[in-house]
Amino acid sequence: MNAARFETHDFDVLVIGAGGAGLRAAIEASAAGARTGVVCKSLLGKAHTVMAEGGVAAALAHVDPKDSWKVHFRDTMLGGKQLNHWRMAQLHAQEAPDRVRELEHWGAVFDRTQDGRILQRNFGGHSAPRLAHVGDRTGLEMIRTLQDHGVHQGFEVFMEVTVSRLLVEGGRVVGAFAYRRENGRFIVFRAKSVVLACGGVGKAFRITSNSWEYTGDGHALAYEAGAELIDMEFVQFHPTGMVWPPGVMGILVTEAVRGEGGMLRNSKGERFMEKYDPKRMELSTRDMVARAIYTEVKEGRGSPHGGAFLDISHKPGDWVKKKLPSMYHQFMELADVDITKGPMEVGPTTHYIMGGVRVEPDTGASTVPGLYAAGETSGGMHGANRLGGNSLSDLLVFGRRAGLGAAEHAKSRSAQATIDPAQIESAERAMLVPFERTDGPSPYDIHARLQDSMQSLVGIFRVEEDLAAAIREIGRLKQEAERVRVLGSREFNPGWHLAIDLKAMLTVSEAIARSAQLRKESRGGHARLDFPKTEPEFGTKNTVVKKDGEAMAVGQSPLPEMPAELRAIVDAELEAVKV
Amino acid sequence: MTEAEFHVFRGDAKGGSLKPYKIQVEEGMVVLDAIHHIQAKDAPDLAVRWNCKAAKCGSCSAEVNGKPSLMCKTRLDSLPLEQPVVVKPIRSFPIIKDLVTDVSWNYEVNKKIAPFTPKKDAPWRWMQEDIDRVQEFRKCIECFLCQNVCHVIREHGVKSGFGGPRFFVRVAGLEMHPMDDADRTGVLKDELGIGYCNITKCCTEVCPEDIHITDNAIIPLKERVVDEHYDPLRKVFKLLTGKK
Repeated sequence: MNAARFETHDFDVLVIGAGGAGLRAAIEASAAGARTGVVCKSLLGKAHTVMAEGGVAAALAHVDPKDSWKVHFRDTMLGGKQLNHWRMAQLHAQEAPDRVRELEHWGAVFDRTQDGRILQRNFGGHSAPRLAHVGDRTGLEMIRTLQDHGVHQGFEVFMEVTVSRLLVEGGRVVGAFAYRRENGRFIVFRAKSVVLACGGVGKAFRITSNSWEYTGDGHALAYEAGAELIDMEFVQFHPTGMVWPPGVMGILVTEAVRGEGGMLRNSKGERFMEKYDPKRMELSTRDMVARAIYTEVKEGRGSPHGGAFLDISHKPGDWVKKKLPSMYHQFMELADVDITKGPMEVGPTTHYIMGGVRVEPDTGASTVPGLYAAGETSGGMHGANRLGGNSLSDLLVFGRRAGLGAAEHAKSRSAQATIDPAQIESAERAMLVPFERTDGPSPYDIHARLQDSMQSLVGIFRVEEDLAAAIREIGRLKQEAERVRVLGSREFNPGWHLAIDLKAMLTVSEAIARSAQLRKESRGGHARLDFPKTEPEFGTKNTVVKKDGEAMAVGQSPLPEMPAELRAIVDAELEAVKV
Repeated sequence: MTEAEFHVFRGDAKGGSLKPYKIQVEEGMVVLDAIHHIQAKDAPDLAVRWNCKAAKCGSCSAEVNGKPSLMCKTRLDSLPLEQPVVVKPIRSFPIIKDLVTDVSWNYEVNKKIAPFTPKKDAPWRWMQEDIDRVQEFRKCIECFLCQNVCHVIREHGVKSGFGGPRFFVRVAGLEMHPMDDADRTGVLKDELGIGYCNITKCCTEVCPEDIHITDNAIIPLKERVVDEHYDPLRKVFKLLTGKK
């Protein structure tokens, strides 16, 4: 290998991503004795976990003593329209309380109950107050706790480094090729195991709560390395993003507003959730509430800027500022709205992808040896729709498990693999060629067109002709992206970075559109106007995407069968489980 | 729709200058939106850090018309648009490129601080009022604006043997945690140099999270350092009893 030409590092475990899942994986891999490296696109502590607001779901039973892992498991399976991998939902519900307590032992400072324990709040689809929280900045608390604990665990962090390709030898992932944002120099990582914890792909859509980092890197890296992706059609449109002013469109408005008693109304003043889910009202699942708001607006009952009114001003002002401090400031400073005095305007925003890398629940192992995935990059845990609060707990439970799985796997490998220099040279060429073109489209233009297509054609409601049009447009954009031209130098050049990220966004967008085309039914986050019913036959199948030569193969595989004792929990009435 | 002119610093460690750009102003626009418009239209390689765009991650710190600010929170309608809006990188850290500076020093300082160390047999129960103050400190989003305006760093360039307001806040969050058992006053005095701070409150003024850095974190910590290290009675007591 041309070791002299590149900065090279060897690790037992390389973790890509430093949000909740990546940091938790790195902490566990280090604790298991693995020499561990962490690569992150931004500075440490800035990953998207920092944006999580409402809380982390765990059946601690501090507020409702009848809550238990079984109730949490049942809620998660029902919220996911039973497309979840039962084993993931089970492990998640069983282990989340320990993971939350562990965070407290590492220094997290959650809000308290009257008797001094971790306080829990209501959230959509959870049949008990279950979300441990810190006001509406739970994600910040979590990432800072993991960061401050992590820096003493001995793993090495590579900040502002992006992986452009996984290195594969003999069908096994053996490392990664990356670049430093600061100077554009390349790094070759050799690793016995690689954990993908790269989050999701919200940036493929126009209106999103996600940051620039969310370009589907983990999904695309896994796909290119030959791993299977499952259930990619399931994208979560969070019901409440800001709709005005234009610059902040899509920024998240926490579900905690509804959890703490916020009410949704249309322009006629009607609490319209009565029509869609009279029992749970505003605390219905996200897929339901997002479609309800979308429908109200579409049918002419929207707010002035095309959303719905979300109102918490019936509660005392000081209480609102204490429970929802960042929402108060966000609306005051960015939209001139005082939420203690009047309603917010909110509408759906692309928030999360339920689909992802197919993993073994216990270890996080993907279908490619040496490759692991956790958090939003993995699939299966949330089925067709994720409950709010289940993401932060997912990151902790499966970040830990993937870190452990990757460390165990590394122990079974005696030495680093030899990497074919041709593979590295090809990765380097792909990075540099956009600079050499004298003509070609701007990455910003291609990105904007992709966002418009995904937003209008693969959004909350889908229909065959739109999906077909989206796939055609993605094909065109892929061709244009092959000719993309980058101006400027290799030093901290966002145009160049976007040109590289684009490739991942296009791959993942295609996977979403093709999977959506295959699932001819409506279920959870995937709603088809031409197939509005939930079809039992689709309830037993995962959609599977895999690379086949240069083409994308889309098929189905049977859902793993749930053991009878868990099936009984899911099928029982709530009152029978919550005892 | 009106037009606004932006003068944005373009350059690197070797030098640079303000470059003019024009943008169309939209309702409710913030400075970071303007920077993104400039990137997409005129300067695809304009370097800037950002993530959440909602004042929660602390990435997009810059000096807007000379005022240290988060660009995602600085609305154009709060600025005099009849004159150019000047956007420069934060001044106290070395420039990498354009609006991006090298803040890695902060991450090194953080490693010197002993992590949360719970008491043995801690009951893990405490009241909300016991942690209100700690939670104030934990709101910090690490935008480093306080570091940027701290006189010790900005005017005197002191970085070795100093920690800066961000890390006084971090230490305060640990020291005032009801379950924590570590003593960080030695590190505060010797490695984080809390004695250099002369309480001008510039850090408090720029904090986008409204943390009362000086009054609630730095002053109580200074008192602890004095009590621990300069109080002769306590020294004798410690010698005799072996207690900290």
